[in-house]
Amino acid sequence: MKIALFITCVADTLFPETGIAVVRVLERLGHEVVFPAGQTCCGQMHVNSGYRDDALRLARRFVDVLGRDDGVDAVVSPSSSCVGWVRELLPGVAREAGDERLAADAEALGGRLFELSELLVRRLGVEDVGAAYPRRVTLHPTCHSQRVARIGDAPQRLLAKVKGLELLELPEATECCGFGGTFSIKNAAVSLAMLEDKCRNILATGADVVTAVDPSCLLHIGGGLSRLAPAAPGGPGPAVRAVHLAQILAAEAGA
Amino acid sequence: MSRAHDFPAAARAALADAQLRANLRGATHTIRARRAAAVAELPDFEGLREQARRVKDDALDHLDELLARFEAAATAAGAQVHHAADAGAANAFVAAIARDHGVTELVKTKSLATDEIGLDAALAATGVEAVETDLAELIVQLAGDTASHILVPAVHYSRGQVRDLFLRTIARGRELSDDPRELAEVSRVYLRERFLRAGMGVTGANAGVAETGTVCVVENEGNGRMCTTLPSVLVTVMGIEKVVATLDDLALLLRLLPRSATGERMSSYVSLLTGITPGDGPREYHIVLLDNGRRDALADPVGRQALRCIRCSACLNVCPVYTRVGGHAYGSIYPGPIGAILTPQLWGMERHAELPFASSLCGACAEVCPVGIDIPEVLLHLRARAVREQAPAAEKVVYGAAAWAFGAPRRFAAAQKAVRAAERPLARRGLVRRLPGPLAGWTEGRDLRPVARETFREWWARERGSEERPGRCREKPPVREEKAP
Repeated sequence: MKIALFITCVADTLFPETGIAVVRVLERLGHEVVFPAGQTCCGQMHVNSGYRDDALRLARRFVDVLGRDDGVDAVVSPSSSCVGWVRELLPGVAREAGDERLAADAEALGGRLFELSELLVRRLGVEDVGAAYPRRVTLHPTCHSQRVARIGDAPQRLLAKVKGLELLELPEATECCGFGGTFSIKNAAVSLAMLEDKCRNILATGADVVTAVDPSCLLHIGGGLSRLAPAAPGGPGPAVRAVHLAQILAAEAGA
Repeated sequence: MSRAHDFPAAARAALADAQLRANLRGATHTIRARRAAAVAELPDFEGLREQARRVKDDALDHLDELLARFEAAATAAGAQVHHAADAGAANAFVAAIARDHGVTELVKTKSLATDEIGLDAALAATGVEAVETDLAELIVQLAGDTASHILVPAVHYSRGQVRDLFLRTIARGRELSDDPRELAEVSRVYLRERFLRAGMGVTGANAGVAETGTVCVVENEGNGRMCTTLPSVLVTVMGIEKVVATLDDLALLLRLLPRSATGERMSSYVSLLTGITPGDGPREYHIVLLDNGRRDALADPVGRQALRCIRCSACLNVCPVYTRVGGHAYGSIYPGPIGAILTPQLWGMERHAELPFASSLCGACAEVCPVGIDIPEVLLHLRARAVREQAPAAEKVVYGAAAWAFGAPRRFAAAQKAVRAAERPLARRGLVRRLPGPLAGWTEGRDLRPVARETFREWWARERGSEERPGRCREKPPVREEKAP
């Protein structure tokens, strides 16, 4: 299958290793991955911040770049939030703004747009991707993966098949980590209160790694963990690390 | 007078109150668990909620027609119906009714509509004392406080705080523990006397039924029934959006309301008030139909769904923001997610523009709403309105610049490089620990991972050639790859 990568501006800029991991997992499964280099941002930050006209212009660009019919069977992204915006919300927002063509194009793209775990489990029917990751891991089921993109238990199914991985249940798992885009800055105090509770629950699991399907939530949680559970002086990093699901799935025994 | 409400500052202050946070967390988590269990009992919650959504939407689509039918039926049954465009008009009606009957003391059952219009204060100004008879409302009134939750107005109080309050007010000089039964008994004794001597009762309404002119009042303490049956004059203040077409529609809403609100299958007291009956109950019944901004909200094609709300407050109890900061931070009688979309629509964006932003857009609210209000959708819609109407110029410049940078891949790549260079002096051991200016909020309690030494697009260009050509990895990716140990 020929699969186009929708990297997202956050992963492109801050988490290239997540994108690289997506490429490696899909290629390991025998798929061809292409990266439409014209992509920038899907417009989610702008629409969430109230800048709707800018958001729709960026979304128009995005849909033009990723929606081109160039033999691509599916478009995959390591972010359920960005997938959710483009696939589930953009058609309605475009329609409300009177842009029927963008709504229709977004719907057409949405039909073959998947978050990574969703692509693997639902579209490709794969649960065992041949990964090995001998660590104690807990999963934060991100809000948009559950309530917007609705990917269900695809991440759990994939994690269950990773060799050596012990999956630990996260208390109050479905509570938001407090990121919310610019909410984290505009309402920093509330955002931090949410983050502290999330981090405390993560630490209570005794896991080495917390994983999720959204780079932005991991940016937030990782940033909190490095404050709340810092490494010992000279140590290798925070006591619990935030690692994207793609990187766990890309890890191989002896690699 | 019209100073804008500063939600972020109010929320920060609320978060600093450890007792408040403990009270809120305890109460909201208990109610949300009860609600989840009660809703899970329903064989088809999704189907019911879809029906309820349709019933409310139909009613809103035919509001004037239903209100006319409601008024005709209520009048035929002996009630008197008044129309109040705003809070001032509604308060004046109620005050006039009290004056006409020489009433100086009246009893009220919990009513958001009368809280909304500030009826108690308006009556006090004319020399009429309004006594709140719902236990939680009484607590708030005795403390000189305001409600902080739609359904549990005193949710921000612990039992110990209620005991201390009662010892200062209605139980002075008494022995009192913080046992809820003892506290309830104190209020019962205090209120009984008030019920018996009040010349007038005032209620809100959970719904109005057009076909019969009936007002429905749902409660659990029996105080509502006392208010509606003992005094000789009864007044109901009802928001115009409460009207539904038929008793069957009401029955449908009643299957959802108590389960969503308190996690009960049915509330203890469901009163249906239809006009007056000689020799039984009040001799005069007045119904004040309140607009107070509702028609403005109704004119908004996306925002109008907020008027479906049946005030169950399920969205408050699951909201990660509300459950941490409580109701007062919202600066409105309607707090939480529903308040964040209702308040600016009812009373103007000028004062409440911060509220649509008081959400992480986690979507927990929409998941539990029994009438299918897509709260995140309305939040986004109102954010766009807030930005259009009053975003600061500096913020517009920042978002405009970001949109420009995102407008072409070359500009975006240049921006990534520019930020990488700017961040370099701020980074310590691979993390930015303090950001300047408006971004300082992030590093208040979080580190920031800086721009990668090599972005994904740079890696792809180096690894796979500049364009979209596919190929296998030739070498190990260069930075921070996750490896199995």
